[in-house]
Amino acid sequence: MSQTKLLMRLFALMIGALLLLPLAATADEDEGEDEKDPLPFSDLVITEPARRFSEETGCVAPEAEMRRNHMEYILHQRDETMHEGIRTRQYSLEECINCHAVKDEQGEYVRVEDERHFCATCHTYASVKIDCFQCHSDVPVRASKLRKLQSGLAPHHSTEPFAGKLASETVQLLTNEDQAQ
Amino acid sequence: MSDTSKPMDPTRRQFITKAGGAAGAAAIAPGVFLTTPAQAKPADQPVSNDKRWGILVDANKCGNGCNACVTACEEENGWGSANPSEDHSSPEQKAHWIRKVTIKDKATQHVTTLPMMCQHCENPPCVDVCPTGASFKREDGIVLVDKHICIGCRYCMMACPYKARSFIHEDLKDQKPWAPRGKGTVESCTMCVHRVDEDGTPACVEACNAETHKAMVFGDLYDENSEISRELKQYGGKEIRADLNLNTGVRYRGI
Repeated sequence: MSQTKLLMRLFALMIGALLLLPLAATADEDEGEDEKDPLPFSDLVITEPARRFSEETGCVAPEAEMRRNHMEYILHQRDETMHEGIRTRQYSLEECINCHAVKDEQGEYVRVEDERHFCATCHTYASVKIDCFQCHSDVPVRASKLRKLQSGLAPHHSTEPFAGKLASETVQLLTNEDQAQ
Repeated sequence: MSDTSKPMDPTRRQFITKAGGAAGAAAIAPGVFLTTPAQAKPADQPVSNDKRWGILVDANKCGNGCNACVTACEEENGWGSANPSEDHSSPEQKAHWIRKVTIKDKATQHVTTLPMMCQHCENPPCVDVCPTGASFKREDGIVLVDKHICIGCRYCMMACPYKARSFIHEDLKDQKPWAPRGKGTVESCTMCVHRVDEDGTPACVEACNAETHKAMVFGDLYDENSEISRELKQYGGKEIRADLNLNTGVRYRGI
């Protein structure tokens, strides 16, 4: 009987050692490396989204707010436009595209399938599949009308920060585009 | 702060006068609306049922063989020949927001042509049958499909007596930003809602006038002084399938 007990104890010890081994190994590695763990999908090349706003003016809302909640703005605008005919430009998807469109080496606007497309840069990384561009245009088609914010013609949401404030260089750019067309 | 030290205005009349003055000043203060035409809707205001948009078509003036309204609609909204993405669909499947219909009276051999599109009914059957609420009528009488909600069941296509709606069978590219269209949804004439909201005229009406046929008139049916109301009052206009009591926004003459 004692032999059996001994064998059982040995077996338990071995199991225990096996279970603890990986923990010990990882602990060793952590001590050895003081670099941070790489991000998931770190082999993916992420291009920097093109910006057409300067740091102080930002987007139609602060950058952190837009990164987290841009879909809420677009959704809100979408229903108002569709059902009530409210056509303010500030949060319209078309103006998002007009401002954030990225051009390739040939000077052509990249499509949403291209990972350099502003929307695709983040959504490819985050594996978020968006349906917007099955119906909506993913490249600018007509000149921006956001300039109207300057003269107060679109007072919708004007109480929010950054509303109606576009960098003078942006306005200049948009005006030039208008004249070019 | 000095205001609070003053004695309160004793008379109600004076108070009302002052309040009235303040309200008047506030209305003038934006200044924007003074420069815009009276009928233009500010971009941030929702549409209201003070207006009902309609189109009057004079079939006698409509040119036999003229396709200007259809072409203009294609160009404006990016369908048909203006968007080559739908090249695999059969002719029966292809989009038809507006189409020319030719009618021949067998007794007299008289041939009439007219444009046929969504009639923007007051009581639209497509809205009645839609299971998701995607098919809807705006306050100003324009019947639309909210493609964000449309599941592509095509009940509305069955319900429409005018065969005005079509279904998109293929993946599309290069849609117009003002007329989004996508596979798996139903679509139809929007009465160029993006133009109307900015005080414009539908592309088909504009093209017809440019062709000097002047067979189409667009306007507010509720406004007695609008051209369409005056024309309808003086010469009348028919609904197609008036027996269905749909009270269409598109009326015809000479049929």
